[in-house]
Amino acid sequence: MKLVTAIIKPFKLEDVKTALEERGVQGMTVSEASGFGRQGGHTEVYRGAEYTVDLVPKVRVEVVVDDADADAVVNTIVSAAKTGKIGDGKVWVVPVESIVRVRTDERGADAI
Amino acid sequence: MEGIELSTGDTAWVLMAAALVLLMTPGVAFFYGGMVRAKAVLNMMMMSFLAIGIVTVLWVAFGYSLAFGDGGNGFIGDLSISGLQGLVGQFAVNGGVYPIPALIFAMFQLMFAVLTVALITGAIADRTKFLAWGIFAAVWVTLVYFPVAHWVFDFGNEELGGSGAGWLTTLGVLDFAGGTAVHINAGAAALALVIVIGKRVGFGRVPMKPHSLPFVVLGASLLFFGWFGFNAGSALGAGQVAALAFTNTMVATAAGILGWLLVEKLRDGHATSLGAASGAVAALVAITPACAFVAPWGAIIIGLLAGVICAFAVTLKYRLGYDDSLDVVGVHLVGGIVGCLLIGFFATTEVNELGKDGVLYGGGWGLLGVQALGAFAVMAYSFIITLILAFIIKATIGLRISRDDELSGIDVAAHAESAYELGDSGGGGVFAGVGHHSHGEDK
Repeated sequence: MKLVTAIIKPFKLEDVKTALEERGVQGMTVSEASGFGRQGGHTEVYRGAEYTVDLVPKVRVEVVVDDADADAVVNTIVSAAKTGKIGDGKVWVVPVESIVRVRTDERGADAI
Repeated sequence: MEGIELSTGDTAWVLMAAALVLLMTPGVAFFYGGMVRAKAVLNMMMMSFLAIGIVTVLWVAFGYSLAFGDGGNGFIGDLSISGLQGLVGQFAVNGGVYPIPALIFAMFQLMFAVLTVALITGAIADRTKFLAWGIFAAVWVTLVYFPVAHWVFDFGNEELGGSGAGWLTTLGVLDFAGGTAVHINAGAAALALVIVIGKRVGFGRVPMKPHSLPFVVLGASLLFFGWFGFNAGSALGAGQVAALAFTNTMVATAAGILGWLLVEKLRDGHATSLGAASGAVAALVAITPACAFVAPWGAIIIGLLAGVICAFAVTLKYRLGYDDSLDVVGVHLVGGIVGCLLIGFFATTEVNELGKDGVLYGGGWGLLGVQALGAFAVMAYSFIITLILAFIIKATIGLRISRDDELSGIDVAAHAESAYELGDSGGGGVFAGVGHHSHGEDK
């Protein structure tokens, strides 16, 4: 099993969610995140004083998938989240050792 | 007083005006509260509400008497009408007799005292011991505001049962609604206080963004609305002078919004909501002393100049290295001085025969000189007494909360409250429900 984590632009969440649902993904975890990469931040001015806001708001999407589905899910996220402009985010994949569905005690792939 | 009948029209207006001026203090609480970070908004608002409590009680006890009692001198009243004794059933006397109750005059003037103290709070955001603020407010209003109110607002008239006129009014300083006694006074006190209390932790390094600009706009709007009571109410009647003050208050403020936004657009690239709110307040400050002495075109120029000048003045603190957190100096001290001095140019007896002619109306430079002296006298007195008072409080009970409390937020440290519970799990925050009885069952 793999954990696919994607950091995307907040306004792309709806597109990514829809695309994953169409691919048959049955669950995901979404959280608000902030950080910076090459995009950097932006500048705000209050009474003439400039503040650099270097942490940009992003959304983190996490999906646990079968090994066989990982590449397809990554590709789905990438194509749905892409705008071609700086700050589109990142997607990474890490192995998952075990997983349990709390309600039923199912383990492994059955619990996805 | 024989031969005088109470005017219900005038009385109704001054009653209303007093309530409008009271509304300005909660207005200040929102104006300043929106500008601080979310961890310190309650303390900001509480300092204003504590000012309402302290100043009102002291005003009744002896403040009104020290400001308007018959001390027979130009510097301070006496204790003859402490407790507001003997005022019930009397007419207001201040220079002449007004056909309104003396009590409503006392209440109207009280609201000015409250507001002046509340204005100072913007300078000392995030870091001031609440007890220290309470002690400061009580002593400051006694040593500084009450005497200065006497200097500026007491027109005397001993024959009619009034008191010795204030020395600035005797000198001929024109200050209709308190450019000196309220705004220069509060601004100078703010400057002295921040010099003693020091900068907020991280000032100039950590972003200290306003946490709620809609609060700032709400506060400015309450101030704007209340200011019609402040300025037009100072006519102490519902007549021509009130109408002139009302008109000038409106048009100056409109021009002040435009002036500040223009500076921002040209200098920073964007016109901001904080700038619009600030421009309105800066112009309101500047027109306060002038509103009954200038023509509406003069008011537009005064408002515009106040907006432009204050928009530059608020950036000075970074260069001079003092943390006047919410720009009490840049808006109230500078705006007050701008208004007081411009009277020297724009005042005209064409609109109010009780006023004088300024430079532009052939009155010469004399008025400008008197205005400058009045502004300087109030500024110097307020600054020096505040400086001494602040040092004494700092050396005894201390002015500041601890560094840790300041960083984690004064609201919880000083008041055991936090302003916002924005968690979306029903119980207020993800972990707030842990350890508590659950009221619902999940399906």
